[in-house]
Amino acid sequence: MAGGAGRCAARADGTGIQMAGGRPTGSAIEMEGAMRTLPSSGRPSGTGRLSRGPLFGRNYGLSPGSRLLPPRCQENADPQKVAFLLHKQWTLYSVSPLYKFSSADLKDYARMLGVFIAAEKQKGLAVDMNGELGVRVAMSGLPELRSSEQDPAAVLVQLSLRSSVSPKNSEEKLIWSGWFCCVAGDDLLEDLPENFTCLPLFLVNGAESYTAIVGSWFQKTFDCCFRRLAISPLNLTWMAAMWTGCKVENNKAAMELLFSVPHLPQPLNISYAIHPEDAKALWDTVQKTPGEITQEEVDVFMECLYSHFHRHFKIHLSATKLVEVSTGIASAHCDGIIKFLQSQYLIGVLMLLTELAISQIQ
Amino acid sequence: MQRRRSSKHSKQPLQVHHSNQTDLSTWRKGGTVGTEKSAQNHQSLSDQKNDDEQDSLEQALSYFVKSLPPEGFDVLLDVALSGKLADTVNTRLLKSLIPASAIPESSIVSSVSWFCVSKCSSNIQLLFLRWLITMFDFIDHKEGVHALYGIFFSFLNDEKLCPYICHVLFLLTRKENGESSFGMQPHLQALLSLYKLFCPELVSITLPQKMKTYFKNADGPWKAAISAVRQRNLAKSAVPQPLLLGTAQPRSRKRKWNTQLIVPASSANAQHFLVGGKMSRVDSYGANRAFPVEQLQTFPQLLQNIHRLEFPSQMGSVLTNPLLLHYMNCSKDESVYLRLYYWMGQTLQEECTWCVVDNNQYEEEFKGFLETVYKAECFLQEGFPSCEEFLYRSLPLWDGVSCRSQILQLITWIPLSTFSEMKSQLCDPLAQLFFTSSLYFKCSVLESLKELLQNWLNWHVVQLDSESDSQFSSLNTTLSGLVNGVAELINFVGRISTAALHLEKSHTFLLHFILDFYETVCDIYPKYKLPLLIMPPAGVFYPALLSMDSVNLNQLCYIMDFSSCLNFEFWVYKSEIEISAFSPHVRQR
Repeated sequence: MAGGAGRCAARADGTGIQMAGGRPTGSAIEMEGAMRTLPSSGRPSGTGRLSRGPLFGRNYGLSPGSRLLPPRCQENADPQKVAFLLHKQWTLYSVSPLYKFSSADLKDYARMLGVFIAAEKQKGLAVDMNGELGVRVAMSGLPELRSSEQDPAAVLVQLSLRSSVSPKNSEEKLIWSGWFCCVAGDDLLEDLPENFTCLPLFLVNGAESYTAIVGSWFQKTFDCCFRRLAISPLNLTWMAAMWTGCKVENNKAAMELLFSVPHLPQPLNISYAIHPEDAKALWDTVQKTPGEITQEEVDVFMECLYSHFHRHFKIHLSATKLVEVSTGIASAHCDGIIKFLQSQYLIGVLMLLTELAISQIQ
Repeated sequence: MQRRRSSKHSKQPLQVHHSNQTDLSTWRKGGTVGTEKSAQNHQSLSDQKNDDEQDSLEQALSYFVKSLPPEGFDVLLDVALSGKLADTVNTRLLKSLIPASAIPESSIVSSVSWFCVSKCSSNIQLLFLRWLITMFDFIDHKEGVHALYGIFFSFLNDEKLCPYICHVLFLLTRKENGESSFGMQPHLQALLSLYKLFCPELVSITLPQKMKTYFKNADGPWKAAISAVRQRNLAKSAVPQPLLLGTAQPRSRKRKWNTQLIVPASSANAQHFLVGGKMSRVDSYGANRAFPVEQLQTFPQLLQNIHRLEFPSQMGSVLTNPLLLHYMNCSKDESVYLRLYYWMGQTLQEECTWCVVDNNQYEEEFKGFLETVYKAECFLQEGFPSCEEFLYRSLPLWDGVSCRSQILQLITWIPLSTFSEMKSQLCDPLAQLFFTSSLYFKCSVLESLKELLQNWLNWHVVQLDSESDSQFSSLNTTLSGLVNGVAELINFVGRISTAALHLEKSHTFLLHFILDFYETVCDIYPKYKLPLLIMPPAGVFYPALLSMDSVNLNQLCYIMDFSSCLNFEFWVYKSEIEISAFSPHVRQR
């Protein structure tokens, strides 16, 4: 039909605006090359000031032909510091760059946010609840969660509820936490002027009402935009392949893929569980290129799994929609929900998620 | 004999008019009317041209999109029952008469009179009765209908119509019975005995309630379908559900919190209230304190405080504030544009109604947002890069229907510099939609391409005049790029116009818009000082030359005359080549 390079019609699942690459490697590079010849300031002064933006430095959402293998970081792995991030469901958002955000002012921001939350919560109430049962805001930095010094430090926001039982030794219950991070965000960082902070990935665990309040405050104060980050089935297959290849000791968790068949009178969910060692063995035979993973290898891996399933059950899984992927390292859902299970591969997973967030921003 | 009401007096289908009569509209070049008004002009012209039946049929067909306003019933019932059109058409017409609110009684009365005259076939009469029964509850006043009781009664003789007549009478009688309980009893008894006689399906007639169950409820599914259509139309989502593009995300019924379609109000940056001495704005002098942006109301205020004005915390709010737009135009700060770029880009992508599932219910809001962006672009006389990227991304997926006029307006501000590289992203989807859509869409696209060309040419003129141009080394590179880009656009329009004229059989409107475009093209050298001369292609020239109406001939002569003043021999030579290529059997002189 339409002749855009790299448009693929094979998969029946919705691949969204991201055009699934038929020949992604060549075309991505070609497009990037063509666009970089344009001068970044498109027009002479007098008019055309608006054209000073990072125009066309990217490839319009084409999936990359290859990605680097996720690093297994043991050097700065301090499991206790990041333990609180594991085994929780995090909802993903992409955030456009924050304007005039300074990590030195975190305490002040926390106070302002606390005031804002109190005001929002009291909107419907006539009673003045003067901090007896208030929400306390804590903002802190997480310098461990980055791949290099160029990345800005991650920022953690936690809301806890002060109970009114004992005012002096008030126990605080953590009710909501959200953190911004950026791991290997070079694509976005290199174009930005200084007063912008690039923290494109936002993960949140807690009630939606608090997410709305905190998000609105950030949007108003730092002129950013939050958007839910969905994970397309193509990216889920990448995650399945990449995480299967990661070596994990004592991995008891099976690799599980969840498929859904939409538009049926009774919705059908297919769960396909594979023994982790078998999956790893299969992946090892497929993955040949040292140090990186290519689209072809992922495709072959998934094809093997699908044909195995077809042989036994006569169902073509390639015609269904991949909805969730769970491995020993992490589990991801297409609605943009992730759960980390291993601290040593945390950075690798965050790197991939940061890349997805950046592609949604640009 | 019922006097047929002229269809010219019935109102046009519901069209919402946004009157853009703000100061910003004065910046729009040429003061051209929007595409909605031009569509209306098309309709009135077509009324004069075609005959009565054609006229009413076209109007009838234009109602098919939604359920009917009350005014439509008169016309359509007349058309359906007058027997002028074929049975199949009448059947379809009757079946699609779904009221948006209520059915006026007068239309029922007039249609019953048509029914009596029996100009239409008996099948249609039957269908009309079934329709009347199904729609009975939507009739607003029923006194007139009750007065026709006797007329219905007289049709009981007809075997085929009898069950339906009985049902109609039953409905009428029951309602009357509800109003006056005593007087009707003997009539009711007589009627019931008749029912027993003529309609054997009725078993017992002891209680009126029971009778209803014995009427054939074959039109139950019809009723259900009708209520579904009405509900759908009331909810204003007449656009069919888009294909499942993108992963579906669970959205709650409440509008999501991060939506920024409502442009935020200008407010000062909250960071200025940081306590703790970190503020850099507070001076002991006090005079250097930033001017609060909420207080900015008038242009003189802007001029007085321009040195200490700060942009609001959310850049999006400048779109609706012309004073801040002025200020933005003068500002040299890169971060201002970047903020606006990110905010607009993210909002456009997030809220696009055809790219994201679930978004098509918010189409009105998105349309309003696109209008705001367009007005700001007209004010600044240039396009936003985030808007242009949004168009390149989403045009390949566009269905041509959602937010049509807004998208076509935004296309007119695409800058030339990116056009050459991104030509396929813009031209291919536009051409696809162009060839497969209605005449009016084709004309709208041509109009917006004409405005695009004009915007480029205006920009070029401004460049020529501006003295402060020192960034570009030689004017030649800009000029050749401009000439190439303009030539590419004109050739594109030439190709699609030729094909479209074939498809539409040289329709007058289409020709008018095409010649309008070429009028702009022939102005390129004299008015805009760009050394480019492009003639209309043979596929446009000859249909125009051989057309039967004066408007287009006049335009063609203007174009020829204009270009002939420039280069007569060139034109003659070229046209001779074209004549020989076009019709080789014509003897050359």
